[in-house]
Amino acid sequence: MASLGPLLKMEGIGKTYFGNRVLKNVNFTLEKGEILGLVGENGAGKSTLMNILFGMQVIHETGGYEGRVLINNREIHFENPMNALEAGIGMVHQEFSLIPGFSAAENIVLNRESTRYNILVESFGERLKTLDRFKMKERAQAAIEKLNVQLNEETLVTEMPVGHKQFTEIAREIDKEQTQILVLDEPTAVLTESEADILLESMKRLSLLGIAIIFISHRLQEIMEICDKIIVLRDGEVVEETVPAQTSIKDIASHMVGRNIDSAFTRDSENLDRSSTKPILKVKNLWVDMPGETVRNVSLEIYRGEVFGIGGLAGQGKLGIANGIMGMFASGGTVSFENEEIILNDPRSALSKGLSAVFEDRRGVGLLLEEPISWNVTFTALQMQNKFLKSYLGGLLRIRDTRAINECTRYYIEALEIKCVSESQQVQELSGGNQQKVCLAKAFATRPKLLFVAEPTRGIDVGAKKVVLDTLKNYNKKYGTTIVMISSELEELRSICDRIAIVNEGKIAGILPATSESTEFGILMLGKVENGSESEKAS
Amino acid sequence: MNRILNFIEKAGWPRVIIGIFLLSLFIVAPFVRVRIDTSISDTLVRFGMNGVMVLALVPMIQAGCGLNFGLPLGIIAGLIGAVTSIELGVTGLLGILIAISIAIPVAIVVGFVYGVLLNKVKGGEMMIATYVGFSSVAFMCIMWLMLPYKSPNMVWGYAGAGLRTTISVEGYWEKAISNVGSFQIGNYFYCPTGMFIFFAVMCLFMWFFMRTKTGTAMTTVGSNPEYARSAGVDVDRMRIVSVILSTVLGAIGIIMYEQSFGFIQLYMGPFYMAFPAVAAILIGGASVHKASILNVVIGTFLFQGILTMTPSVINSLIETDMSEVIRIIVSNGMILYALTRVVKVKS
Repeated sequence: MASLGPLLKMEGIGKTYFGNRVLKNVNFTLEKGEILGLVGENGAGKSTLMNILFGMQVIHETGGYEGRVLINNREIHFENPMNALEAGIGMVHQEFSLIPGFSAAENIVLNRESTRYNILVESFGERLKTLDRFKMKERAQAAIEKLNVQLNEETLVTEMPVGHKQFTEIAREIDKEQTQILVLDEPTAVLTESEADILLESMKRLSLLGIAIIFISHRLQEIMEICDKIIVLRDGEVVEETVPAQTSIKDIASHMVGRNIDSAFTRDSENLDRSSTKPILKVKNLWVDMPGETVRNVSLEIYRGEVFGIGGLAGQGKLGIANGIMGMFASGGTVSFENEEIILNDPRSALSKGLSAVFEDRRGVGLLLEEPISWNVTFTALQMQNKFLKSYLGGLLRIRDTRAINECTRYYIEALEIKCVSESQQVQELSGGNQQKVCLAKAFATRPKLLFVAEPTRGIDVGAKKVVLDTLKNYNKKYGTTIVMISSELEELRSICDRIAIVNEGKIAGILPATSESTEFGILMLGKVENGSESEKAS
Repeated sequence: MNRILNFIEKAGWPRVIIGIFLLSLFIVAPFVRVRIDTSISDTLVRFGMNGVMVLALVPMIQAGCGLNFGLPLGIIAGLIGAVTSIELGVTGLLGILIAISIAIPVAIVVGFVYGVLLNKVKGGEMMIATYVGFSSVAFMCIMWLMLPYKSPNMVWGYAGAGLRTTISVEGYWEKAISNVGSFQIGNYFYCPTGMFIFFAVMCLFMWFFMRTKTGTAMTTVGSNPEYARSAGVDVDRMRIVSVILSTVLGAIGIIMYEQSFGFIQLYMGPFYMAFPAVAAILIGGASVHKASILNVVIGTFLFQGILTMTPSVINSLIETDMSEVIRIIVSNGMILYALTRVVKVKS
């Protein structure tokens, strides 16, 4: 192969989603057989970058991208993932795209099966060729061989451990003869320590065979161990391009989370002195069975009147904490609020004690999309506290007090700058930022003593972000409401919180004052301490 | 012009078109020697007869349980009330009162069981409801024969046991409610004022209920059950309440229907009762998730109007007696049309 220059070159890549810039001038190159580590926080733009490379539909639907993608010095424009596959790019997704009832071999050669001629082909065409199971098996074996793993090609996917599923997917990409670039999106996230080691071994072997690999992972140690080159993305920009020999985990972590000082959310210097350390909420050994956000064992104490932050990477369980305490998912452990125990698994219990929450799933749990703003804002207060009801016939009949409801809603519309036609406009017609404000208004209307706010700025623009954060800050100051804010954006937490807990693998990895170095948070997030000790044990 | 378009936008095209069609039937009627006053009177009577049964669908729609195809369950409760009242031999308004007061507890009990069942099949309520309705009718076919009713007006003459398929309420409480304040204009126009008053009271009751704390919670459960749960509402309980309410209203609705119609129809009588009610509310502009009292009133009027007018007008046009065939075609056609509109018809 007379390839001139790099195998893959991405030049000046940029992308905006609905006016939100997610990628800005990203440049990098990838040589034959090179392993590139791509790291960054959630939302740093890694997935978008890979989607562009892979020609995913979502990119075209939202107006294409800027810059050029070159393979072997030829500019390419993938219309859809099929083009990318033909050009030799293989991708292994985080979620398994395997057919459960098929064997490993069948999955590996799926849609590219070896076939044999039979008589039916004469009348019905190519699609009716017989499968050549023997050859299929051979090919699957060969692909597995390349990976150098113990995997029986006859096993059904349903009967495999997670690790083997991951290997099956990779084997499928390898079986494609033309595969030159392999994108692995967090392949080790679901694997055990030893499985991950095997995978890393396999990746090294593949790179020796000349396949270039783009490796996305949150486990920085793996990145350090096998990558030839590391790229750190932050807010859609490449902030660091380096080689493992010249850097350390700490360096990468600080590049990942550290932001420029002039970012939008700098901390108020007139920080309140909060000497109060009287706990208002005590959580002991809490577990929550929330899909994708499992909480395993969390113990916490939250002080009266503080703004407490809970951070951590996606899927580590930070969202589960609020959902569990508020009774939305099955949970166990002991939670007490103002020394009274909260009955778990019963939303009424937490609400009646003066807790309230703004959930991360705005459209799913947070809002009545087809109802007017006024309903959304006042419903919880109406149900739980019998507010906004007018009595008739000496209290026998109590019906909604529309006027009081509208008045209250108008107050919040003004206070939170909700952009709408009137209080009777349907919530689904509002923008994301304004919907989020409605969620906040709903929580405020119950006058909570403690307020959980989960991902309050997800998917909303910068201006609305500022209003939301300021509102929270002011509400805390004005009413002394304890606020627990859960967010994957560390900088946001640091800008308004007093203390921040970092959750990793369903447990609290540590609680630090918000003024601590961002590097320290970064290290907690990546669970480096724990992983380190485990691998020591292993070796 | 803008105002007309605005009105159409608000009312929705289907209602405008069906309204115009109904109006044109009324206009054509005199030319084919169908009396217009009889037609209007018939339409009004049918509207009053069916109104409460259509209204019965509202609570379940609002609570997100879908269209109550299990309405026959409520109707059966009403029938039990009606035959028991006749067995007791009470006449006039008091007879209806007794029928209703027997029907309501029965409806509450079966409604509760039905509600518990529907909570176990969330997402597939309508299919299950249809078969709950059908099988309850079949079960009652046995029961009508077995139940120890004795009144000679109701049991089979030759066996002396088992209820007849059709029982006349004449001499008991035929038109007892309809005739309250009713009036006659000429020979052909009759206005069942009492029935309208009763229907209006029922609508008012529903209107109030939907504005109470429970009613508000019910609507919210239908709109977004997760939201309701996070606000401390017991979703399953609300759904059961809605099903009970719907069943009770169905029971009251059929008693209204019978006192005006003059007959109690047992056995397969309730079998298809749910479909015209469902069609009416959908034509009135309701969706599977949202229904208002206005939808009920408009829908019942349009549906029953078309059902009254089409057979008589077309029959006269083609000059053969096809009225029953045409009625079946029209009513099922309307149901079919309405069911394709399960999403809210806006434009």
